[in-house]
Amino acid sequence: MNAADTGFILISAALVMLMTPGLALFYGGMVRRKNVLGTLMQSFIVLAVVTLEWVLWGYSMAFGPDHGGVIGGLDWFGLTGVGMEPSPDYASTIPHQAFMIFQCMFAVITPALITGAFAERVKFSAFLLFTLAWATLVYNPLCHWVWGVGGWMGGMGALDFAGGTVVHISSGISALAAALFIGRRVGWGSTAFIPHNLPMTVTGAAILWFGWFGFNAGSALACNGLAAGAFVVTHAASAAAAVSWMVVEWFHRGKPTTLGVATGAVAGLVAITPASGFVGTVPALVIGLCAGGICYGGVLLKTALGYDDSLDVVGVHGLGGTWGALATGLFASTAVNPDGADGLFFGNPGQLWIQFVSVAATMAFAFVMTLLILKAVDLLVGVRVPREDEEKGMDLVLHNETGYTL
Amino acid sequence: MKKIEAVIKPFKLDDVKDGLSGLGVQGLTVSEVKGFGRQRGHREIYRGAEYQVDFVSKIKIEVVVASDLVPDAVEVIKEKAWTGQIGDGKIFIFPVEEVIRIRTGEIGEEAI
Repeated sequence: MNAADTGFILISAALVMLMTPGLALFYGGMVRRKNVLGTLMQSFIVLAVVTLEWVLWGYSMAFGPDHGGVIGGLDWFGLTGVGMEPSPDYASTIPHQAFMIFQCMFAVITPALITGAFAERVKFSAFLLFTLAWATLVYNPLCHWVWGVGGWMGGMGALDFAGGTVVHISSGISALAAALFIGRRVGWGSTAFIPHNLPMTVTGAAILWFGWFGFNAGSALACNGLAAGAFVVTHAASAAAAVSWMVVEWFHRGKPTTLGVATGAVAGLVAITPASGFVGTVPALVIGLCAGGICYGGVLLKTALGYDDSLDVVGVHGLGGTWGALATGLFASTAVNPDGADGLFFGNPGQLWIQFVSVAATMAFAFVMTLLILKAVDLLVGVRVPREDEEKGMDLVLHNETGYTL
Repeated sequence: MKKIEAVIKPFKLDDVKDGLSGLGVQGLTVSEVKGFGRQRGHREIYRGAEYQVDFVSKIKIEVVVASDLVPDAVEVIKEKAWTGQIGDGKIFIFPVEEVIRIRTGEIGEEAI
């Protein structure tokens, strides 16, 4: 057991925890003022609900003893056997519980990311059922495939340092399924859905950027050079994407916007996530620069294709995560991380194919499962609020309160 | 007694207030309002999507004055709120039936 590693991972877990309230602010500022609390609430309650799910059965399903490469068993239900001593399988220099709680924060933020797609129109009861089912039936298996000992995706050599497939592609593609299933907000195309508080959004983006150091550097699972490298490329890619989004938008629309720079920074963080422990600084800059442009194009796509992904989860997390996962197959280098693999540009084109398979499998699984879960929830309680309630706003209708008085 | 309502450009508020104070006007009420006139709106862009915003932010001043003060007050507002650009605003004048000061019960011009 190593004290520095343990301290570092506990602090990283706390940093990742802060990302979910940060996401709440990021999203909260982008909705209309009548929905600010409903939106903040969706992220905040996920922090509570998924934590319960995780310590009861989630962790065991994701990291417990493998069954066929597909899922972990329930042997660790309620953290049975997950104690103060290191696990022989995961992060052998820190208490097993430190690893577990670090992973808990990832399980929390992933379903919270999806909420941006169906913001401003979903029943709270339906949302809770969906989140619980999604965390259990989508996140836990995916997490096991990629990071669990014996998981098939990790077994075939797919590289995902901190959650490009597990967190971002899964949430991004589920967001697309949700936006398609639930349908557009009332007034789509005729009403302007203008963000009500961009200072809140920029504050949220800053908290996300800050917390992401725990997400990526912490994924080294030790206080070492790999963590420092992941920290540096995370920061560099985010900076590059913020700048590239700004430049692209400046050319396309004539003005650089604060929302654009904040979104670009997040797009860069998303894209570097799977690559952060496998690539050097210059590839990280390339990944970030491309992410800004790709995700800018991605958010334009929703208007062109006509689906209402309210807060651009598909464009930023889906596309950014996909680009990051594929870019890992291009730029990964064993000179950076001997436990990783070389990518296409380092003489191993096969890695790109492995990355592609992991992306495609994640997309197919998350998309289909999300549709099935939504269908079931819709039959049980109905997913959408009635039209009249949607016009009144979530805050008053679902929570009997308002974000701002006079 | 007359009530003068003026819708003006927000950054002209201080000039107009100082001008009216100079005439001996004792108080006025200000609101932040939105609306459109010939200036129409402007466009806003969020994540590459363009929105036409039809309502422009303005300041509405409401002030009640003795009838003989109206021409001077209007002149001051016209002068101080003027930029010569489209969107300088408008002035509306209404008759006022009665004014009552709540604290003392005074009525009429005494209460203004």
